[in-house]
Amino acid sequence: MRGIAGRAGRRFLSSLPALLGVLVFTFLLMRVLPGDPAIFFASGPNAGQAEIEDIRRRMGLDKPVPEQLLLYLRDVATGNLGRSMTTGQPVLNDLRGRLPASLELTFCALLIALVLAVPLGILAALRPGSLLDHGVRMLCTLGVCVPTFVSGLLLIYVLYYLLGIAPDPTGRIDIFASQPPTVTGFLLVDAALAGDWEAWWAAASQLVLPACTMALFVLAPLARMTRASMLAVLTSDFVRTGEALGLSRRRVILVYALRNALLPVITIMGIVFSTMLGANVLVEKVFSWPGVASYALDALLSSDYAPVQGFVLLMASIFVLVNLVVDLLYGLADPRVSIG
Amino acid sequence: MSRLLEISDLRVEFATRNGPVEALKGVSLSVGVGETLGIVGESGSGKSVTAFCVMRLLDRAGRIAGGHIRFRGEDITRAGRRVLAPLRGAAMSMIFQNPRAALNPIRPVGLQIADVLRAHESISAREARERAVALLEAVRIRDPVARLAAYPHELSGGMCQRVMIAMAIACEPSLLIADEPTTGLDVTTQKTVMDLLAETTARRGMAMLLITHDLGLAAQYCGRIAVMEQGRVVEEAPPARLFGTPGHAYTRRLVAASPRRDSTVASLVGAPEPQPMPLRPRQPLLEVRELGKRFGTAAAVDGVSFHLDAGESLGLVGESGSGKSTISRLVCRLLDPSEGSIRFDGEEIGAIPAGRFHRSPYRRAIQLVFQDHGESLNPRFSAFDSIADPLRRLLGLRDGAGLRARVEEAAERVGLPGDLLGRFPHQLSGGQKARVGIARAIAAGPRLLVLDEPTAALDVSVQAVVLHLLDRLRRESGLAYLFVSHDLNVVRMMCERTIVLQTGKLVEEGRSEVLFAAPRASYTAELLAAIPHFAPEEGDARARAAVAG
Repeated sequence: MRGIAGRAGRRFLSSLPALLGVLVFTFLLMRVLPGDPAIFFASGPNAGQAEIEDIRRRMGLDKPVPEQLLLYLRDVATGNLGRSMTTGQPVLNDLRGRLPASLELTFCALLIALVLAVPLGILAALRPGSLLDHGVRMLCTLGVCVPTFVSGLLLIYVLYYLLGIAPDPTGRIDIFASQPPTVTGFLLVDAALAGDWEAWWAAASQLVLPACTMALFVLAPLARMTRASMLAVLTSDFVRTGEALGLSRRRVILVYALRNALLPVITIMGIVFSTMLGANVLVEKVFSWPGVASYALDALLSSDYAPVQGFVLLMASIFVLVNLVVDLLYGLADPRVSIG
Repeated sequence: MSRLLEISDLRVEFATRNGPVEALKGVSLSVGVGETLGIVGESGSGKSVTAFCVMRLLDRAGRIAGGHIRFRGEDITRAGRRVLAPLRGAAMSMIFQNPRAALNPIRPVGLQIADVLRAHESISAREARERAVALLEAVRIRDPVARLAAYPHELSGGMCQRVMIAMAIACEPSLLIADEPTTGLDVTTQKTVMDLLAETTARRGMAMLLITHDLGLAAQYCGRIAVMEQGRVVEEAPPARLFGTPGHAYTRRLVAASPRRDSTVASLVGAPEPQPMPLRPRQPLLEVRELGKRFGTAAAVDGVSFHLDAGESLGLVGESGSGKSTISRLVCRLLDPSEGSIRFDGEEIGAIPAGRFHRSPYRRAIQLVFQDHGESLNPRFSAFDSIADPLRRLLGLRDGAGLRARVEEAAERVGLPGDLLGRFPHQLSGGQKARVGIARAIAAGPRLLVLDEPTAALDVSVQAVVLHLLDRLRRESGLAYLFVSHDLNVVRMMCERTIVLQTGKLVEEGRSEVLFAAPRASYTAELLAAIPHFAPEEGDARARAAVAG
């Protein structure tokens, strides 16, 4: 176990250069983008040159770019991600408040996607070319082709507007429900900890629609990967051994084939998770979800440098972390692999 | 004698893109209780398909088109899963080629054995564990309790095959089908595995269907042998008769092409013996001194010295892990040595980094022929491009008549018809691919050819032709060969001198005919004794001894 921890530590250290690269790259990218934040944040369209210059000085934009970069790196190193011009709050606080919302949504979506995708992938692989296989392929294609804002709106239209089953699709919890005391920031966990099952139900029912929307989008890579890897494993020698020695079909499929087939799915899962966290800004927008992605988009549109840079750094760190976890999981699942 | 397994007029078709292809064209065989039947034949003869039919393991494309399979008198040709499930593993079971792949890579072997036991008997996990220990003991795995938790990748190939045997015999089946059980294993491991199989089946009164491409192996362990060719059984007889007076022309060819203790390269293909090579003045070409290669802390090659004269052929033999392939790569300068020197033509080439050796003028002087002729050809290169590649890169030839002439000359020397030059690897047969690989190696005019198991992946009849070709090439052009092989008979025929290696160290060196006739090192003697051979009377005696024991 200590060996694994040591290797994980080394792995983390070796990813630090990549993080630094991401930092510098985003910083430079923000500087090349058109739009002058000083003008944007000036009091009005007829603000005087002096006022703009003053804002620019306060934001440190009057210094040469390399110096700005060094100052920025120094700030990041001390844990200061700057202050958002839009919300007026330190970026770190903003992200800290919003990240649990995004994480909760993504985790649930991933869970839903896995629960659907793995059985569908297995079934499709067991009967390749059958009606079921084509059905799964169709569902996957639809999930990928239909943009999340369309599928999200469709779900809202049917389940909220027409049928009235789903609650008002705004935010993480019904505004009239009592908010559980914040411990982890995950509403479902906090509500459960407080024993407030009414709030838990309120939060869960708010979560279902956006999570399903996201799950639908990532169903395809997971189901297709499960199918492909299942197909490969089903023709492998050791599955043939299981068949030849009379193991039950169930055992051959679940213990011999599936466990081996899931190994590549673990890798895909990591990628899917990282992507969902940042890229599903549309879902957050449609459902007014107070997550980090919509926060970053708003900041980007108003040329607010600090939140965007903070967001990209956060995403990069999460990506590194998720990959680390995937490697560790893979090492546990496959005795042949030793991460290093 | 009542027949345990009866196959009559079995026909199997495979659906392919070009319509159905008949893999079995009316195969009839039978195995009695406790009998060992060998099926021999080359690739594509249908021997494995026959076995897979009995176990009903044909893949989706395959279909039994006619005939019957009867097991203990019951027709199981079209039996459903319900009938088959209790039979498979309990009444008839099977072991496979490539034992490591045949075991689940992420499940401890103890659990895999228990899986088989619990599939057929309602016993507790604990009982299954105890039985698994007893089974591992029965297949002579040392420290069986500790091995229960091992994963297949932690075991050697021979150990994996023993685990596989333990699984196959776990529920005391009356028929064991062994499909090339020792292909890819070392000769000494092959012997222990085959002896174990023979003894186990004899002691438990099991019948065995042994499928192999190795005639010697079949002769040594089977009471009766069926020879298959292109989906048909062409001949069936006890080994003594089959090898003494083979009836069918194909059997005769097969027997002739299989290397034996006394065969020569020419006798394999039925060609006249070539003139002995004239004595030539000794002209040292390669001088290897105290060569060592370490991977991590393990020494793969440890202080090996040898020399090779121009036009001479030197064999490197040893089991897996003996360092023979590492030495061949060091000499080819694909690997950097950890210590020692490699002198070629009086020049130290060991110091040139492997990554830069392709720029050295010695690159064209030392060329390599690979084991897997299919994998070592670029699938996007036609035969012409493959042979032209070294000419373009090493000699800087430009496209044109000059290049074409050189390629055609190389192709002609290896007997590759000119009209095949436009074909891609997947359009060529195994033997043709081997010829392309050899033509590529000799195209740039090397002086030393390093051959790394050049015929290990070929059928015996193709091997015979390729060996004959290689022998002729050396005699004609005065090439020197460094010939790496695990097949001692092949090395004896091909090489004037032989080096025996064990765990990276040189064990014995000498002239081939002397070394093989009277080995000095006990390891060499052990290797030689493990080769299956078909001196007919002896083979019969051994089979009888195995049954009696």
